[in-house]
Parts: sequence; structure tokens; C-alpha cells
Amino acid sequence: MSNRLRHLVDPLDLSMEETRRLLDLAESIADDREAFAHKCDGKILATLFYEPSTRTRLSFESAMMRLGGKVLGFSSAASSSASKGESVADTIRMISCYADIAAMRHNKEGAPRIAAQYAGIPVINAGDGGHQHPTQTLTDLLTIRREKKRLNNLTIGLCGDLKFGRTVHSLIKSLVRCENIRFVFISPEELHVPSYIIDEVVKPSGCAYKEVRTMDEVLPELDVLYMTRVQRERFFNEEDYIRLKDSYILDGEKMKLAPEDLIVLHPLPRVNEIAVEVDNDPRAKYFVQAQNGVFVRMALILMLLGVEPGLYEEETSC
Amino acid sequence: MLNIDSIQNGIVIDHIQAGKGMRIYELLELGKLDCCVAIIKNARSSKMGKKDIIKIEGDLDINFDVLGFIDNNITVCTIRDGVLVKKENIVLPKRLKNVIRCKNPRCITSSEEGVDQVFVLCDEKAHRYRCLYCEQEYKHHE
Repeated sequence: MSNRLRHLVDPLDLSMEETRRLLDLAESIADDREAFAHKCDGKILATLFYEPSTRTRLSFESAMMRLGGKVLGFSSAASSSASKGESVADTIRMISCYADIAAMRHNKEGAPRIAAQYAGIPVINAGDGGHQHPTQTLTDLLTIRREKKRLNNLTIGLCGDLKFGRTVHSLIKSLVRCENIRFVFISPEELHVPSYIIDEVVKPSGCAYKEVRTMDEVLPELDVLYMTRVQRERFFNEEDYIRLKDSYILDGEKMKLAPEDLIVLHPLPRVNEIAVEVDNDPRAKYFVQAQNGVFVRMALILMLLGVEPGLYEEETSC
Repeated sequence: MLNIDSIQNGIVIDHIQAGKGMRIYELLELGKLDCCVAIIKNARSSKMGKKDIIKIEGDLDINFDVLGFIDNNITVCTIRDGVLVKKENIVLPKRLKNVIRCKNPRCITSSEEGVDQVFVLCDEKAHRYRCLYCEQEYKHHE
């Protein structure tokens, strides 16, 4: 067996094959939670949250508890030794003595990568500033696969703030590794997908893509609609915001244009970009997505701890 | 034509794109050397029109990553007893360690002490490097 410690800092730290195995495991957990209820008896997860988060932290804690493990940690930098000036490297070396695995959220981009370099235990990036949020990406992939029964041959619309949305960039980077994916980027001009994502990720992959300004014209052709929030503060002027904001609000009327088998995802929290009336539409899957987040994190903890196979494969000898 | 003596033992960094000689001088920290160093700017070149050259009298471990990052058309000639003994072409480095600094204030390297500044080549054609930690692109004009 390889003894190399594995971490999840970037969604691409997992090969597509490893990602598939993880999603398989997450589905097995979803199908029979009881079978996994004691898999992590005696194990401890450290949740190192240097900035507040409700959903992600509770999701990690729920995942570990559902596996029979225990949780310790802190939920803000103020309540950690970071307030005394301790480095990330020192903190993770200390935590490695107290826990078996760590999930870290940090306002500084790249902090979990530093932690992974110094850790004696697996480190999971639970969101680093505006950079990466790999467990959200895995959650998105699991939801698409469970709902559409595939991760290939899909037309995926990404709508809203495509410039600053870290979940969008991570999802694109992961999906380009699947076959026959077509992207439709729906955003105001100010919030386009950054050109480096197009040039370094989308174009080299050969995936087809198009960029449009409003969602009405493309809704009929989508398999998946991934909504994100358009924040007022991202616009250069109030006039543009008022002019464009309604174009990025999904409501009952717009849903009439969408196919029967569309699924609507959102990383949450939502503000007003999806009207409450859409919640009762069977195509709205964003709360299912939140549930899948627990299954994915359970699967990830199991695989990174080596409790379940999938990451620690036999090394092939030359 | 300006004449600069040939060196007996040392290194000649040749075919530097005109105007980049001083940048290399600074990045290689040649100012800290005790030996004789000459920078020739805008030397005539049949291949390049004009070029910069740096001559260093004495032994020196050259950081080839720095040279490759600045200009991968550079050649490094090693001279022993007045004779050219080695001529090396520079390649674009896949990884840069402590050559440039990340300018992203949100990057962990801006606050964490003792961390190496690491950049990774992400687009060979465009010579584009990104910070290993935050993936911010390094722009040459910064």
C-alpha cells in the first residue's frame, strides 16, 4: 500500500477515477446510512474554521457524527490561537496530535495548501477565501449524477456571478474532465467567466461553450441550471444592477420555458435569485444538494482516512 | 564599439533580450558578488538586432529558473582558462521557487511567515505563471 498522505485542497487533487469512486461510496452511504454508522468509531475530526460558516461546518460535523466519530475545533479565528499570531503551519502540526483528520476554512487563499504541507493527518479544504471549495464541487457532482444518472452528455447552464463565484470555477474545472459536456454561461457582461478559465480550462478541454446575457433564450436546451447570486456590490453602477438583476432571477414563469427533466442547483445560501415559488417545483434540487453534501463529506472522510479504499491504491511497480 | 575584456574563468550570460539585463542582474543578486561583473546593454547582434550580455568573472551557481523565467532564449557559457567549455540553453522552468512574490493580498503567503513563494507554469505558450497557493497570475509588468 502507498503510505503517501492524501489531502483534498483542490477538486483536481482527485483524479476522475477517484472522484467516481468517491461518488459511488457517497451513493452507497445515501442508500444505507446504517451500514456506515460506526465506520469512524474512535476517530476525531478537527474543524478549523478561521471564518464563520454555518452550512459547511455543520455539514462536516454531521458527516463525522453520522460515521460514529467525534468532532473538535473552533468556529472563528478570534477563538483560535490565530488571534495570538500563530501560523497555519504551527496550528496544523499541533492539531495533527489531537485529531485524525482536519477540515479547514480560511479567509486567506491557499491556507489549506500550506496546512497540507505541514500536516501529519489528511487536510480537507472547506473553502479558502474566494479561491476553492472542493467539497461543494463534489456535492454538485454527486447531485448531478444522482439526479441525471450520468456525468457526461450534459448541457450545463451556469447563471449569475460567474466572475467571482468560486463554486462555478471549481465545477467547470471538474466537469471538463467528463465526456461531451457543453457549457452555457449566463451572466451580465461585468460578471463573465474570467478569460483564464476559458483559455486555460474550457478551450483546451475541447468542451463546447457559449456565453449569453439572459437565461430565457437558453433554458429550453439545458439539462442542468446552476444558479448563483448576483451581488449588488459587484456592479459598477446601480443603473446596471437594476437593469440586469431580474434577468438572473429564476421564477415560476421562467421555469415554464425549461425542460421537464431540468434540474436546478444552487450552492446556497440563496437570497432572491430563485423565487420561493420554485422550491415546490420537482426540478428544484438545491435542498437535495445540501443533503448530498453530508453524504459526500462522509465518503471523503472515509476515503482520506483509508477506512474505505479508493485513494490508497496499490502502487504499480515498473 | 565599446570593448570589454574577455574573461578567463567565469560565466557569460548571452542573448538576453535588450533591456532585460538589469532585471537579471537584480534577480540573480549579482550586486552582492565580490567579483568583477559587467553588464553590456544593447550590444549588436546578428540574430537579435541588439541584446544584453552579462559577464561574471569567477565561479557562481546560476539560478537557471530565474533566467528561464525572464527569457528562455538566453544562453549561459562557462569559460575556463579563456576557453568556452560549456554552452547551455535555458528552458522555461515548470516551477519557480522564491524568484517572484505573489501580489495577491488575499493570498496566504502575504501573512504566513517562512513560506516559500512558489509559482507554477500554467501556460507554456503564453509564459504564464500562477501562484501555487492562490493561483493568482503573475504579470511581468507588476
